[in-house]
Amino acid sequence: MTNVLVIGAGPAGLAAASAARRRGASVTLLDSSDLLGGQFWRHLPQSRPAARERQLHHGWSTFTGLRDALIADAGCLIIRLAQVWAIEPSASGAAAVHVVVGLPDGAHRDTMTFTPDAIVLATGAHDRTLPFPGWDLPGVFTGGAAQALAKGERIAVGRRVVVAGAGPFLLPVAASLAGVGAKVLGVFEAGRATALLRGWLPRPWQLILAGGKARELAGYAAGQLRHRIPYRPGRAVIAAHGTDRVESVTVAALRDDWSPIPGTERTIAVDAVCVSHGFTPRLELAIAAGCELTADRFVRVDDNQLSTVRGVYAAGEITGIGGVDLALAEGQLAGHAAAGGQFSEAQVRLAVRRRAVFRGFAARIEAAHGIRGGWRGWLTDDTIVCRCEEVGYGSLCRSTVGTGSQSLRTLKLATRAGLGICQGRICGRSVEELLAAFAPHGVLTDGTISDRRPIAAPLRLGELASLAQPTDHPLHQLHPRKDRS
Amino acid sequence: MAPGLLPWRTDPIGPAEPTPLTITLDGVPVSGLVGQSLAGVILASGSVGFRRTSHDGRPRGVFCGIGVCYDCLVEVNGLRDVRACQRRAEGGDVVVTQHDPPPNLAEPQS
Amino acid sequence: MTSDVVIVGAGIIGAACARALAASGMDVTVVDRGCVAGGTSSACEGNLLVSDKGPGDELVLAQYATALWRDTAAEITEQLHGVVPSVEFDAKGGLVVATTDDGAVALLAFAAAQRAAGVDARELDSAQARGLEPELSPETRVAVHYPQDAQVQPTIAAMALIASARNHGATVVENTPVIAGIRDSDGALAGVATAAGELRARYVLIAAGPWSGDVAAMLGLPLPVHPRRGELLVTTRMRHRVFHKVYDADYVGAVESDDDALQTSSVVESTASGTVLIGSSRQQIGFESGMRVDVLAQVAAKAIRLFPFLADASVMRSYGGFRPFMPDHLPVIGADPRLPGLWLATGHEGAGIGLSLATAELIRDLMQGNATGIDAAPFSPARASLAPYLVGAA
Repeated sequence: MTNVLVIGAGPAGLAAASAARRRGASVTLLDSSDLLGGQFWRHLPQSRPAARERQLHHGWSTFTGLRDALIADAGCLIIRLAQVWAIEPSASGAAAVHVVVGLPDGAHRDTMTFTPDAIVLATGAHDRTLPFPGWDLPGVFTGGAAQALAKGERIAVGRRVVVAGAGPFLLPVAASLAGVGAKVLGVFEAGRATALLRGWLPRPWQLILAGGKARELAGYAAGQLRHRIPYRPGRAVIAAHGTDRVESVTVAALRDDWSPIPGTERTIAVDAVCVSHGFTPRLELAIAAGCELTADRFVRVDDNQLSTVRGVYAAGEITGIGGVDLALAEGQLAGHAAAGGQFSEAQVRLAVRRRAVFRGFAARIEAAHGIRGGWRGWLTDDTIVCRCEEVGYGSLCRSTVGTGSQSLRTLKLATRAGLGICQGRICGRSVEELLAAFAPHGVLTDGTISDRRPIAAPLRLGELASLAQPTDHPLHQLHPRKDRS
Repeated sequence: MAPGLLPWRTDPIGPAEPTPLTITLDGVPVSGLVGQSLAGVILASGSVGFRRTSHDGRPRGVFCGIGVCYDCLVEVNGLRDVRACQRRAEGGDVVVTQHDPPPNLAEPQS
Repeated sequence: MTSDVVIVGAGIIGAACARALAASGMDVTVVDRGCVAGGTSSACEGNLLVSDKGPGDELVLAQYATALWRDTAAEITEQLHGVVPSVEFDAKGGLVVATTDDGAVALLAFAAAQRAAGVDARELDSAQARGLEPELSPETRVAVHYPQDAQVQPTIAAMALIASARNHGATVVENTPVIAGIRDSDGALAGVATAAGELRARYVLIAAGPWSGDVAAMLGLPLPVHPRRGELLVTTRMRHRVFHKVYDADYVGAVESDDDALQTSSVVESTASGTVLIGSSRQQIGFESGMRVDVLAQVAAKAIRLFPFLADASVMRSYGGFRPFMPDHLPVIGADPRLPGLWLATGHEGAGIGLSLATAELIRDLMQGNATGIDAAPFSPARASLAPYLVGAA
């Protein structure tokens, strides 16, 4: 029987595990959380049951259906609190997947190493927040944080909140905030109305085909109306102010390139601001596995969701930011193929069609909301760019000019931007853009990217040492313990 | 004004009555609910900037909320570098805020 | 384009040579297929060590370099203030620790021989060692303290030396691979052909670290420099708990070994940013660059043996690089007798950061026919121990 290891139990991973089981594979499903569902279906733990939790979610019954079937399925081993920290590719075929299992960031967690026949990577994405003055103040959150705390804990991150950034994700963030009692003073979308129209109007028939998606967004829009939340395109939060926490923000109108229009600034008193300018795919495991990326930095996959590495499949946001419906379709196709199936087979015909429809939708989101270079105009000399290492924009510029370097790798080492504990997850892409602006043709020349992290998650030195063999024999496969699921 | 927990009695999704728990944050008792993350307990107590940065000593707290930014690191029961947003609170957890100044290295003397 | 000298390689050795030659008035061009410090110089620890070297020629070179680093670090820090970040020169001293009785005997004998050769090597008992490093393992038998050991941030050091060379008029050409040598009518080397055109010069200096053999091959000559892989771990930032460059006595054996199997020995030190750097492995596996979990696990286990508290430290990053390894364990510095115009400055294995400044002084003095600060003959490409490897027509 084919052994399929699925990494990530969000929509794509759940769909993959389910499809691989239907195709007859033995499945192991790993997730770093103690709950399934990923960020999209982030929900209350069993210790806090709520009768009408489905109100908070799009596609809740899809989730519970997938989840409950997998939990009941003896052929699917679910390992929660499982942090994959390394993938070692092997010339002979099966990559080794190294995992620690236990309380998040604990010590003495169980170590496991898997060498499955096929891997489905469904590691998802996280918010990309561009730097702006004051974004390091407490009270500035990503949209994802506001969502996670609202859906997973019923906490409002503030009482008077603005939501800013770009993309349709701002709408559910605002709705979630309002749903836990926050007063949302406005949603500021950086894309201007013209860009939004360009992105959304050319193929209106896609909206009909992408019915679920359109309904999801329409639902959020209705929520906005109900809560009387103003929606302002072509505007951005360009600064946050406060001493030890955010007290107000400056909102300005933007040009098409997202540079602020002088004279349009206004200040709004807030106690929290939630900012997301898009999403960054979580690529470190795919890169470690040796998967090739596309020019726009997603995992390159074929019609079977197979990456360029034999036996390694990818689905969901790491192959392109497309939302839950695309993730479900891709996950299903990836799981099916990882278990030995083909996309051309009849039982996945619907998934193939849905994938095509929702990919079109994703392209339009990018066209309407994609990041434009004028955001650099928000920065001042002392704006923190790398939060972990507290590297300011001015010092980054001076070191880049002073060394004359066009290499991301050596500039990171010289400036420490991206070298801190988050390993450039938050600032990496922004640092790349800022440094590239100094390079002669706007391109860094050393070919390195900030997404490469051979150690994909921190672990304790003692946990790593526990893998030391007395001699140089290859690692033996450790058999996962059944009682973890 | 501060972050806050929606009271369960008025929550439209109809939660069951939650179970309280208490942790300590820098020695001060803080109450929360079973099932909350440490970040949730700390935020709902009104503390948004509970870590101090290494170089400038600036306050930081929860930023990404999903385990990516490592800004919410705390020491839990003697173990450092625990992401408060990823760890569920357990009654009696001893949480200490982190501040790790960089080593004071001498510049070269000519 | 014509210069006095074309340096192939913009790592620490090429950078130091460029600075020394340009400062002495020569017209210098540095060419690299990648970027400044893009190879070994940005994938190492930045060691400036005397402690790991037994009596002999390499120790003499290291002692020469130690004196140069202190002055040069201060000089470039002052010259480049606000332009290039600090090179983080830190004369923190080294502490070599034996945790077994056999190890203790070997370490003390090694240190005695070093003392006879002028190294400041101070024997410490377990209590004294733990006075210097309070977190050190209680299993410490003896230790030797080397106050002359120091450290720099190697990437910034190479960048700073290049910036200083530029200030002295050097030209740096990045992202430009050398593809062949140019010969004059007498058959002497007269420059290099690159993907972007010719760089003519009276001298061509190969300073391409572990890739020096490839460059020499393009010029038509064999050069026995081979890569020796090393992997390191970086922890998250923590309170300052490791104060010296601390390593176990196995390190000395590993450096001097010819064994091509995996070896690990523990080197533990704090960096200026508050992280702890943990090395290192030595493996001859060509230019294979993937992370090896079994290797890192061994490195981790040995570090914990030195500092038990590290078991709970978080590891956030690993990196690896390739040391330029010579079959006779000495760098090669000077004119290549096989081909007029060809000069070599390479093969420093794991000591290139430390030895770079001394190497540069030797190259400058040899090229200009001046007396050298130390005897350069042991490092000469014409030395007897290299002869079997250099057979090849010019």
